[in-house]
Amino acid sequence: MNSQAMSAKNTNDLPVVSDRLAHNAMRNVSERIIEGLLFAAAAVSVLTTIGIVYVLVSESIQFFANVPLVDFLTDTQWTPLFDDAHFGIMVLISGTLVSSTVALALAVPMGTVIAIYLSEFADSRVREVAKPILELLGGIPTIVFGYFALLMVTPLLQKVFPELPGFSLLSAGLVMGIMIVPYIASLSEDAMRAVPMSLREGAYAMGATRLHTALTVVVPAAFSGLAASYILAISRAVGETMILAVAAGMQPNLTWNPMEPAATITSYIVQVALGDLPHGSIGYQTIFAAGLTLILITLMFNILGQWLRRKFRENY
Amino acid sequence: MQQNALTTEQIRALIARGKLKDTLFKALGVLFLAIGLAVILLLVIDMVEKGSERFTVDFFLNFASRRAAQAGILSAWVGSLLVMLVTAVAAVPIGVAAGLYLEEYAKRNWITEIIEINITNLAAVPSIVYGLLALGIFVYQFGFGQSILSAGLTLALLILPIVIVSTREAIRAIPAMIREASMGCGATRWQTCRYHIIPYAMPGILTGVIIGLARAIGETAPIITIGALTFIAFLPPAPFAETGEGVAGLFDWVMSPFTVMPIQIFNWTSRPDPAFEVNAAAAGFVLMVMVLTMNGVAIWLRYKMRKNIKW
Amino acid sequence: MQNDNLTLKAEARNLNFFYGDNKALKGINMPIYDKKVTALIGPSGCGKSTYLRSFNRMHDLYPGNRYEGEIRFFPDNTNLLSPEVDPIEVRMRVGMVFQKPNPFPKSIYENVAYGLRVRGENNKRMLDDKVEYALKGGALWDEVKDRLHELASNLSGGQQQRLCIARALATDPELLLFDEPTSALDPIATGAIEELVHELKKRVTILIVTHNMQQAARVSDFTAYMYLGELIEFGKTDEIFIKPQDKRTEDYITGRMG
Repeated sequence: MNSQAMSAKNTNDLPVVSDRLAHNAMRNVSERIIEGLLFAAAAVSVLTTIGIVYVLVSESIQFFANVPLVDFLTDTQWTPLFDDAHFGIMVLISGTLVSSTVALALAVPMGTVIAIYLSEFADSRVREVAKPILELLGGIPTIVFGYFALLMVTPLLQKVFPELPGFSLLSAGLVMGIMIVPYIASLSEDAMRAVPMSLREGAYAMGATRLHTALTVVVPAAFSGLAASYILAISRAVGETMILAVAAGMQPNLTWNPMEPAATITSYIVQVALGDLPHGSIGYQTIFAAGLTLILITLMFNILGQWLRRKFRENY
Repeated sequence: MQQNALTTEQIRALIARGKLKDTLFKALGVLFLAIGLAVILLLVIDMVEKGSERFTVDFFLNFASRRAAQAGILSAWVGSLLVMLVTAVAAVPIGVAAGLYLEEYAKRNWITEIIEINITNLAAVPSIVYGLLALGIFVYQFGFGQSILSAGLTLALLILPIVIVSTREAIRAIPAMIREASMGCGATRWQTCRYHIIPYAMPGILTGVIIGLARAIGETAPIITIGALTFIAFLPPAPFAETGEGVAGLFDWVMSPFTVMPIQIFNWTSRPDPAFEVNAAAAGFVLMVMVLTMNGVAIWLRYKMRKNIKW
Repeated sequence: MQNDNLTLKAEARNLNFFYGDNKALKGINMPIYDKKVTALIGPSGCGKSTYLRSFNRMHDLYPGNRYEGEIRFFPDNTNLLSPEVDPIEVRMRVGMVFQKPNPFPKSIYENVAYGLRVRGENNKRMLDDKVEYALKGGALWDEVKDRLHELASNLSGGQQQRLCIARALATDPELLLFDEPTSALDPIATGAIEELVHELKKRVTILIVTHNMQQAARVSDFTAYMYLGELIEFGKTDEIFIKPQDKRTEDYITGRMG
């Protein structure tokens, strides 16, 4: 075959090989097309981000054409749909901050303790029971948690605090905390189990107890992973919608007292969406301005998280 | 050099204190886990108890109504199913293709980095922001309106990171020698993907898709934002069915207004009339069962897969 | 080395050890002499690390392990393996240096002070003194005295291992266990550690596992050769290496086996 090819005078003399080469060229084209399609699919994620930024920014620009940024940041009332409209985002931010603080005050200690317990103390039988419990808890739809908060937790709390209103940031915040516990517990546990046994043995060999070893050696070694789980928890809390929409009431209320009802950035957007707002009205635009604020807050925490992780990178 | 050494009694006292702290901490850990379990049990028991009188066939076949006793979840569960269908049809091809690209084709350059950073970031974006995205782009810009199509696409974008990550993990689990064997026979990269990678990764991908759908079916905020109705007493037009305006087309249902289970629950929970609490409890229980079943199927799949595949 | 002035610090009596159903140590009877260095040598899997880790009850950390027999500790004649003796109590008297340096994610100072704090010592002056004494004992003081509060992970491998030795020394252990302490280090660092061991035996009894026979010959006063969980031969290092009694010992030492 080779000698034939070598003695050929022009391409037409080449034997069957050329058909296969031509076929290969076709294969190349179709391969390229397929690769392009696959790339396009991967690029959808970038398009999504661009879409989010575009939608939020474009509507917000229109919003800020009518409402000065200073007012937006400093006004103490949020009444965008009234005739005397006020657009103070701090009102909504206060609701978000208070409910998230309540949630994290519950979830961080509880989730961390569970993680330390599962990683350093529990035997495999206990872990086999605990894992499904945590997964179940993490799989409950948030609307069901909202139901739980309004119709079960609030009445319970009212027995302890009779002056607690039917809607409150406290009730919603506590349930939000329970919802977040599985995230913190499982991510923190993973981080701790990644700490090598040799480090623990070094501590035990010095006469340390299990708890002492866990707190003085394992937790510091795993800190980067723990910080990541806490940052994720903050993002979840700040972005949570339905539990607050159902159980905290949707009345904008600038307050730092969790025993009051209030709207958050997220529950405000829901409230507006439930009503009828003409596309292009200022009311319609407020939800995008609120959404932009939400994204910026989440972004800020994510960046903080990256910085923390880099500073305390696994040092073992 | 034994100066200031502790006596045996002192050491024993120290150890006893330390062990006490160990025990107390273990008790705390168990207590917290018990609280988690208690929440689940309380919730389920309450929903079953309160909603028990609604667990009839009628509940599943009735539309919403102003009378609690007659209000059912027909539009809600049909709507959920249809939205899930659109979500799956959109998310699976795109997600699997994206995962395939990133694992099999992508080179380590800045474009790939940007794509991967985006996927990670999008997983942390609050779901309501997806609703805003959909409102601005799907509902108005593209003109899909407040329809099942908009909802399905929105949720598809929401669960895309989940599908992509599971696809990538499933593909990574396939040993290199399979690829090498296929390429060694002269197959192109796509042929290797089509005839080897995708089939072997399928169980893992399926698991991820089911988990994603279980998450999507419980999502409320983005769907409310794009304008799902909370009180509808009709079903989307089935293909070729007779409607008031003639015969419905094959895909008319996709552009129809709709509602979904979580929104129905939200509507009933928000009503001051305690009679609707019963409905909310019953519907909440049905939704929980749906979500748990899907998660259960995914876990079972993962378990079966680990047993069957022997590289 | 004179034969007089030998006192017992510890003695293994009929020690058996089980990893689950697997009998890893078979009837070990062996003396550990006070303020001397005893080396454990033998091919991989002979049980030398298993034997070493019995002395500080490390096996208790993992489920499924079981001891039979005794390790008597002197002068009080306590059986270290007794179920009535708390492992933590044992570990307060017996220190350990591991194969791969494992400093805690803390400062150099806090690493050395760790054991002292575990014992409830929090007085700054006391800690400062003891940390300095321990670091001098570990031949590390001069190199780190100006950066005691830097992270231990910044030190080189050899320095980290000396830090781990200082850490173990800080609490005045009666017996110091070394589990192949130089196998992860370069030759220069290895030499520094071997010199250190030679100095330290004036203060503390040392039991060292090594897979390197030359190291055993250089560093130890007594040597034990183990094979498949049994103690084959024990004696003064000079005698074992020049004229081993058991043929199996001879085969190992001359490189014919292992």
